[in-house]
Amino acid sequence: MLDRLVDTFFNWRIMAEYLPKIVEGFVITIQLALAVVVAGIACGFALAMIRSFRVKPVNFLIIAVVDVLRAIPPLVIIIIFYFALPTVGIRMSAFLATWLALALVLAAFAEEIFWAGILSVPKGQWEAARSTGLSFLQTLRFVVMPQAVRITIPPLTNRTIAITKGTALGAVVAVGEILYQSQTAYSFSYNPSPLTLGAIAYLILFIPVVAFGRWVETRFAWKR
Amino acid sequence: MELLISSFFNPDILAQTWPFLLAGFWMTVKLTLVVVPIGVAGGLAIALLYTVRNRLVRWLVVIYVDFFRAFPPLVLLMFIAFGLPFMKIDLGAFGAVAVAFLLNTSSYYGEIFRAGIESIPRGQYEAARSTGLSAVQTMSYVVIPQATKNVIPDLISNTLEVVKLTSIASVVALPELLFAARQGQSLTYNATPIIAAGIIYLICLWPLVRLLSRFEHRQIALH
Repeated sequence: MLDRLVDTFFNWRIMAEYLPKIVEGFVITIQLALAVVVAGIACGFALAMIRSFRVKPVNFLIIAVVDVLRAIPPLVIIIIFYFALPTVGIRMSAFLATWLALALVLAAFAEEIFWAGILSVPKGQWEAARSTGLSFLQTLRFVVMPQAVRITIPPLTNRTIAITKGTALGAVVAVGEILYQSQTAYSFSYNPSPLTLGAIAYLILFIPVVAFGRWVETRFAWKR
Repeated sequence: MELLISSFFNPDILAQTWPFLLAGFWMTVKLTLVVVPIGVAGGLAIALLYTVRNRLVRWLVVIYVDFFRAFPPLVLLMFIAFGLPFMKIDLGAFGAVAVAFLLNTSSYYGEIFRAGIESIPRGQYEAARSTGLSAVQTMSYVVIPQATKNVIPDLISNTLEVVKLTSIASVVALPELLFAARQGQSLTYNATPIIAAGIIYLICLWPLVRLLSRFEHRQIALH
């Protein structure tokens, strides 16, 4: 029984054979994840900044786009980008489609979180800053944002981790990341050991990230 | 413009694939009605285990929670659906999805309930115990109802994520909404079914998204 378990899930010969592929996938997962995090947070931050100008039609548009991106499953968005857009002549690689979809979803969540942070700064702070002669942008930059960012960090970290794990969804459109590599290896070898290897690769990557998230939560918790 | 309509909003294609989409929609509803309650129940159990005054139990709970939060749900699902049958454990597509969701979502719900329980002041326990309630009664009549109330926005937010996550069941060929849409697309060579599926998700989940926004803003106003 134990032999069978080891032979099925921890077959060293098969694991050694496909390890290079999994490592290749590991690198792609990291690239994809970093690209999603950077683009998503930057874009979400920019949208929250734009929203703070409170131009009605612009804000309405931002809210509509954010709501749509929060209501539709990321996998559906990836599939729309990769399988539906080409039928109207917009083609992109699987990597690009996955990156764009996940970055947009993260941007939507990040915008909501940053905006909530901006709203948490009492109105009096704005008025006080403006009355000392700071311009609108200076107030935003030196008074509001430093306070807002602090309370947004814990929820933003958690959301970012959750969306980064979504890079595995790229396997569905054949992005060569960890899950895709281990799935392909599994179907070639007809042995689930590559899936075990893939799972271990994800744990190596994400356990430190989750631990970091836990640390961030406790680090910022005492302030409230 | 015409190309856009004929490829994304084609009424003939929609009419043709509608029965599929509808069947897929009901499967998604059914899946949600199974995975949300087991996730919530599992999460509550985990949060209660965390209140046990035993270091080993607490450590095991933290390890369980962090392990499944680090594991992308799609990877977990594939492992259960494709790996376990080699050990003669074949749960079928629906069973595999249910088990994967139990493991994944219970750790998220668990963290939420834990935060809720920790938000209840000690005095509440002491007061409840001193009126003669047992420890179990204190938990079920005093602590858990208040704890749940305190974390309702997080519970709704997580439930929204769980409903969206049911779309990964399409990968193991469970005929839910996304799977039906992709099948419709490959049968008709037209993207209308996928767009339609996206719109169905949007119509069903948008009210939840709005409700959450309102909660978030109200929380800040109270802040």
